[in-house]
Amino acid sequence: MATEILMPALSPTMEEGTLARWLVKEGDTVSSGDILAEIETDKATMEFEAVDEGTVGKILIEEGSEGVKVNTPIAVLLEEGEDASAIDSAGDNSGDEAKTEVKEETKAEEKDTVPSDTPAASSPAAAAPKPPRTPDWPEGTETKTTTVREALRDAMAEEMRREDNVFLMGEEVGEYQGAYKISQGLLDEFGPKRVVDTPITEHGFAGIAVGAAFGGLRPIVEFMTFNFALQAMDQIINSAAKTLYMSGGQMGAPMVFRGPNGAAARVGAQHSQDFAAWFMQIPGLKVVMPYSAADAKGLMKSAIRDPNPVIFLENEILYGRSFEVPVMDDFTIPLGKAKIAREGTDVTIVSFGIGMTYALEAAEKLAQDGIEAEVIDLRTIRPMDTDAIIESVKKTNRCVTVEEGWPQGSVGGYISNVLMQEAFDHLDAPVINCTGKDVPMPYAANLEKHALVTTDEVVEAVRKVTYK
Amino acid sequence: MATRKTSDTGPAKGSNPAPKGSNIPADELKHYYREMLLIRRFEEKAGQLYGMGLIGGFCHLYIGQEAVVVGLEAAADEGDKRVTSYRDHGHMLACGMDPKGVMAELTGRDGGYSKGKGGSMHMFSKEKHFYGGHGIVGAQVPIGAGLAFADKYNGTDRVTFTYFGDGAANQGQVYETYNMAQLWDLPVVFVIENNQYAMGTSVQRSTKSPSLWERGAAYGIKGEEVDGMDVLAVKEAGERAVAHCREGKGPYILEIKTYRYRGHSMSDPAKYRSREEVQKMREERDPIEQIRQVLLSGQHATEEDLKAIDKEIKEIVNESAEFSKESPEPALDELWTDIYAKEAPQEA
Repeated sequence: MATEILMPALSPTMEEGTLARWLVKEGDTVSSGDILAEIETDKATMEFEAVDEGTVGKILIEEGSEGVKVNTPIAVLLEEGEDASAIDSAGDNSGDEAKTEVKEETKAEEKDTVPSDTPAASSPAAAAPKPPRTPDWPEGTETKTTTVREALRDAMAEEMRREDNVFLMGEEVGEYQGAYKISQGLLDEFGPKRVVDTPITEHGFAGIAVGAAFGGLRPIVEFMTFNFALQAMDQIINSAAKTLYMSGGQMGAPMVFRGPNGAAARVGAQHSQDFAAWFMQIPGLKVVMPYSAADAKGLMKSAIRDPNPVIFLENEILYGRSFEVPVMDDFTIPLGKAKIAREGTDVTIVSFGIGMTYALEAAEKLAQDGIEAEVIDLRTIRPMDTDAIIESVKKTNRCVTVEEGWPQGSVGGYISNVLMQEAFDHLDAPVINCTGKDVPMPYAANLEKHALVTTDEVVEAVRKVTYK
Repeated sequence: MATRKTSDTGPAKGSNPAPKGSNIPADELKHYYREMLLIRRFEEKAGQLYGMGLIGGFCHLYIGQEAVVVGLEAAADEGDKRVTSYRDHGHMLACGMDPKGVMAELTGRDGGYSKGKGGSMHMFSKEKHFYGGHGIVGAQVPIGAGLAFADKYNGTDRVTFTYFGDGAANQGQVYETYNMAQLWDLPVVFVIENNQYAMGTSVQRSTKSPSLWERGAAYGIKGEEVDGMDVLAVKEAGERAVAHCREGKGPYILEIKTYRYRGHSMSDPAKYRSREEVQKMREERDPIEQIRQVLLSGQHATEEDLKAIDKEIKEIVNESAEFSKESPEPALDELWTDIYAKEAPQEA
C-alpha cells in the first residue's frame, strides 16, 4: 500500500515549516536513511530522512512552500510493485483532514494577534472612557509584522550598537546562532568578543557575568532555558540581586538574565516550568515576562539599559508568533508598566507572558455571551504595576488571574493579596487564580494538556466571579 | 605546565648566615611588618568587640594568615582588583581601606563601608577595587574571573586576585571557572589560601588529592605552592603570577599554605585540632615574628623603630574601635534604600 510521507515535527514546539528543497524527484527509489528533503523551521534548516523503502510516487508539496503544517502529507511513497494508481487512495485518507486543520490553526493565530496589538479596536468597551494611560507608541506610527524571536534579536542588536559594553554570553549563542535562534546574526555583526559562546556551565558563566557587571560591563546572559538557571541560582540571587544593598549602594550588577521559561511542549517535568513566581520574590531583581513582540522588544531594550539585574522570561511557544512592532529608531517600554490589552467592564483578567493567550481567548469567548472582560497584561512582574490592577478592579469589581505556574505561592496569589488589602470594598466576588496544576509536568500528551491552564478554565472562573 | 614548588620547610630564622631579605630596602620590610601587624591588632580588637557584644553574627578572623594578603598586595599595581570570601577583613586593610570604615561595618554602624547593611562578610570598596566580601563559599571565584573578563574586554592589563580557601577548592564552580578562565585567557590570579581547615574539616579529611594547586593542571593552568607564613616568598610568587597574567597568558594559581590561629568563626570550639598544633605554628612559623627577625637581624630596624610602629598601629586600631562605637546606627529609612539603582553605580 502506498504510504504518505508527512511533514515532520522537527522540534517540540514546531507547528509548521518551509519545505525548502526536495533532494529526490518522482520516480526515484529511496531506502531508509536517504535524505528526502530539507525542511526549514523557524530555528534551523534540517534534513529529513526516509524511514521506509520505496519509490517516490508523487510529490504533493512543491519545494519552496512556506507554512506547511506538521503532519501534512508532502509526498507519496510507493511500495515495490505499486504504480501511480495507488496514489489517489493514499491521498484521500488524511489529506482533507490535514487541510481543514490548517485553516483552523491559521484562524487561531489571527486571534492571538489581533486583540493585543490593536487594543480595543473592535471591542464594544471601546466606548467607555479610556484610562489615562499613555500608549506604547505614538498614534499613526508605522508598524511591521515581526515574530517575538526577531523582536528580541533586534532589541539586543540595537542595544549592542548603542553601547560597546553590552555583550551576550551563553551556550550556543554564537556559532550555532542560538539554540532557539534568538541570537541569529549577532556573531556576524558583533564578533566573538561580544557574542561569547560558553561551555555548558551555568553556575560558572552566570558568576563570571556577575563579575563582569561588577567590572562595568553590561552582560546579557542567555540560559538555553530557565530550567538550567537553577544551576546558577546562587549567583543570580546571592550575588547579582543583593550586592547593591550589601555594598550600601556602591556597586551592583546591571545585567540581564534571559531565556525561554515555562512549558514548552512534550518535554516533561524538568524542562517545563514557569519560574515567574520564584524570581518575583527577590528584592533586588526585576522580573519581566512579555507576551507580544512589541513588548518583547521594548522591554528588552529597557532591561539592557536598566542599572539592576533583570530576569527576562521568554517563552518558546511564543517565539514564532507574529505581532505588530512599531518602526521607530529607539522603541522602548518602561519596566513596571502594565498594559490594558483589552478594555472591558465586567471583570478584570490579569495575566502575563503566554498566559495572555488564554486570557485573550477567554475574553473573546465571553464577549460572545455578553461578558466584557478587561484584560491586563502585567508585562513586568516585579516591580508590579498593581495600580493598574486596582484601578481596573474598581471599575469591574471582579478579578481572575491567569498564569502557567503552580498555584502555591503564585503570582496570582500575590495579586489576590494586594486586592484584598487595597481594594477589598470594591470586590464583589473572591478573586480566582487560574494556574497550572499542582503537579510536575507529565510527558503524555493528554496529561500535559490537563496540567496546563486552559482557556475554558479561565472562562469558567469568570462565570463564577460574575455569577453568570 | 605545573612549574614550581617553593620550599615550605622551616621558618627563616634570624640566625641564618645570609639573612633573608637583606637585599630588600628597609622601608619595604618595615611596610610588611606594619601592614601585617595592623591586620593582627585589628582582628584582635574585633575579637574583643565581638566578646563585648558590639559585633554580631558571623565574624571570621584572619589572624595567622596576614602574610598572604600583605605579600600579594605588594605584587599588585594600581587598578588591579581583588575579591575574596567572608574572611575578608585582612584583605580590606591590606588594599588600603580605612580601618574605621571596616570596623564600623563590623559593628553595623552608619560609618561602615556598607552603611551597616553588609556586615563582616559583605563589604566593598569601588575606590580600592575591592569587590567583596562574599558569604557563599566559592561564589567569589567566578565573580573574580568575571572582573578579569571585564578588564580583558576593555583592553587593560589589570589583574584580578581571586582569593578562596581550601574548603571552597572543592566547590564545582571553581572548576567551571578554571575551565573558562583558561579557555579565554583571563588575567586572574586564583589564590587558594590553604589554612588547612575548612571550618572543622582538615584538607586530609576532604580530599585524597591534597595538592590543590595541581588541580589546575587538568585545565592547563600553571600554578605553584607557596609558603604562606613568609611574606617575602608570597610577594615573589605573586610577582610571577601577576607577570604571567599581565603578559596575556591567562590565569595562574597560587596555593598559599597558611594557618589560622583562631577558630573558623567566633563560635568555633576548635575540637578538630590540638592546642599544641596551634601553639607550635605560632611559635615557629608566625609571619609577623619572621619579618621582625629579618628586620632586626639585618639591622634594617631597631627594637625602638618597631616599638614605634607597634604604637602607631595600636593607635589606629583603637581609633577604629572608638569610631565603630561612636558612629550611629543607620537611620531606619536605610532599610529601604539601595535595593534598586537608578543609575549603574559602576558607571556613575
